[in-house]
Amino acid sequence: MPAFGTGSGAVALRFRYRKRESAMTAVFLGIPTAPRDVGHLRGDQSFPDAARGALRDGQLRANLGHATSTIRAKRARVVGEVPDWAELREAGRAIKAATMARLDEHLIALEEQVTARGGTVHWARDANEANAIVTRLVQATGADEVVKVKSMATQEIGLNEALEAAGITALETDLAELIVQLGDDKPSHILVPAIHKNRSEIREIFARTIPGVDPELTDEPRKLAMAARTHLRERFLRARVAVSGANFAIAETGTLTVVESEGNGRMCLTLPETLITVMGIEKVVPTWRDLEVFLQLLPRSSTGERMNPYTSLWAGVTPGDGPQDFHLVLLDNGRTAVLADEVGREALHCIRCSACLNVCPVYERAGGHAYGSVYPGPIGAVLSPQLTGVEDNASLPYASSLCGACYDVCPVAIDIPSILVHLRAEHVEAQTRTTPEAAAFRALSKVMSSPRLWHLAQRAAGLGRFLARGKPTLPAALPPPASKWTRTRDLPTPPRETFTQAWAREHGR
Amino acid sequence: MKVALFATCLVDTMVPQVARATATLLERLGHEVVVPAGQSCCGQMHVNTGYRHEAVPIVANHVRAFAGAEAIVAPSGSCVASIHHQQAAVARRAGEHALADEAELLAGRTYELSQFLVDVLGVTDVGAFYPHRVTYHPTCHSLRLLRVGDRPLQLLRAVRGLDLVELPGADQCCGFGGTFAVKNADISTAMLTDKMANVLSTHAEVCTAGDASCLMHIGGGLSRLRAGTRTVHLAEILASTEEAVNPQQSTKPSVPA
Ligand code: SF4
Repeated sequence: MPAFGTGSGAVALRFRYRKRESAMTAVFLGIPTAPRDVGHLRGDQSFPDAARGALRDGQLRANLGHATSTIRAKRARVVGEVPDWAELREAGRAIKAATMARLDEHLIALEEQVTARGGTVHWARDANEANAIVTRLVQATGADEVVKVKSMATQEIGLNEALEAAGITALETDLAELIVQLGDDKPSHILVPAIHKNRSEIREIFARTIPGVDPELTDEPRKLAMAARTHLRERFLRARVAVSGANFAIAETGTLTVVESEGNGRMCLTLPETLITVMGIEKVVPTWRDLEVFLQLLPRSSTGERMNPYTSLWAGVTPGDGPQDFHLVLLDNGRTAVLADEVGREALHCIRCSACLNVCPVYERAGGHAYGSVYPGPIGAVLSPQLTGVEDNASLPYASSLCGACYDVCPVAIDIPSILVHLRAEHVEAQTRTTPEAAAFRALSKVMSSPRLWHLAQRAAGLGRFLARGKPTLPAALPPPASKWTRTRDLPTPPRETFTQAWAREHGR
Repeated sequence: MKVALFATCLVDTMVPQVARATATLLERLGHEVVVPAGQSCCGQMHVNTGYRHEAVPIVANHVRAFAGAEAIVAPSGSCVASIHHQQAAVARRAGEHALADEAELLAGRTYELSQFLVDVLGVTDVGAFYPHRVTYHPTCHSLRLLRVGDRPLQLLRAVRGLDLVELPGADQCCGFGGTFAVKNADISTAMLTDKMANVLSTHAEVCTAGDASCLMHIGGGLSRLRAGTRTVHLAEILASTEEAVNPQQSTKPSVPA
């Protein structure tokens, strides 16, 4: 039985209350997770299988290795120059924890403020509801094209596909997101979706897909940016509807925030008549003072910059200035279920800086696609299984050596290794049948908790030396699961006598 | 001081020379070593693989075995980290509050070897002699959970005859991660390959660390490649003296098992 957090049950109820029509008939069957039929939170392969393929892609390994080591060094430099980083980080953690404890109240306050300033707030229980709301809103404007600000929430729910099914074209305007979209690819990083591509691969995608692109296009970053700029400029000017996500929403004034580097987001947020923002419910912060903390933590952790070039803030609508029709879609899609888990809920504190991805030795080698979800890397390994229910992403909590590099760099101090271990246990405890692994671990637990059985087992392990026939290592061809080790690593031959046995013998016991 | 030695299940069963070296070293420094016979495992592997319920009796056994010990020392950063960060938590989650309290008290008296030497005993020069080119891998749990910092390096720098070379990318995980090495064998091997490349780039004869498990991983890879570099636990280096090291013996563990 999950322990309900202070705010989680209340948020769940709020969603039910808002959807009056279904609340009439709904039978409460636990807090819902993200639905299966929509969005991008589940892969079709287990992590080890997907990673095995990715490891063989030399170009991918080179691109990722280069990109992550560069950004890692940049982050370390700019974080190192902040004397009170530890205090800032603790403040970020504390603000998030306090906000989650009263999430329902902050969301209601946000709704009131956004409404008072001329915006409309929609509550979407899951991806299907959110997609339907956005589609309906776009259709109401008569537009058949929207420009998009880079957003993880809309990637999570598969909004582009939903819009396309309704005959609406969604154009990504973030440079890396555009590269992914033009290349008919999937994002592999939460901040740099095209991190798995290098310059010459990007040049090739642009040359192939951008109509009327300069045939002389080279892989010089400036030239590539100019090509994208020309391609996008025309679309910004003709766009009537924009769809964005949000980095933060300030409850006290109903102010939404988008933090970015390129300025393409600002074009979308200011030029069109209609703006629709889809935001995970965990993005709310109570006050402007809280924003001060996160605007220091985020850029240094994500791009390794002291300050990001563009920070756009808006509240409702302002006559004669910017979009005149503003909609905020508050997305649950499993978040309330995450909130209900005492240990796992910390994953909702994430500000999507991507620092944990960049330092992760597993991510660096497997790349983002292997995780099967739009949220890869360490945060993805704890967030995706919680949003979908751990059984739908059961291999992800194991996709870590628990080295702890993610926890060290996380600007809001999310103890990712502890959540990983917790989710492994949730997975183990969700099994209704005894797996061979569980049988082995249970037997070993009995043995290890009884000195007599343990000494017998150690003697038996010592017999392994007969397999080695006098050699210092065991044969490489052992049966599974030992073969998973011995395929690439030698195992030393166990000694004749354990240390504790020898010690007892020498000390006369 | 009377020191209770926790050999750890892996060292005791697979590489007993590491526990032997720890005992030899502590005795040489003038301390009395006891080896509680009831000891087995700290429970880490169970907890980290998802068997936190099953870990509770193992924790109980550990607490029983070491009850009353004044100071407990283990030649393994990750086991000590588990004792500090996991034992009480799994007991408490299972509703075993008395066990959790005892585990917490015991954790307060449990030390990783380099922390014990530098912080508790206040020594960095343990009088060791080890005439070899050595590189040091700071294992993840020693580095990030226990924050042992440069204590092992302080100890190594004071060893006579030892030529310490810096390991590039030292803070990168070797890819062991307990059952991770088996469940995600390919990623683990990819991480190991890069670690070995860094180790080999130092041209060290010996790669050392404070964790026998990570060393078994790195050493298993190096041995498979028939590389010349050996893995030797920090305790074995610190236990070596002019008398105990036979120069012909090269980089073999100095203290026979
Ligand atoms: S978990 Fe922490 S480090 Fe990772 S993306 Fe989120 S905020 Fe950044």
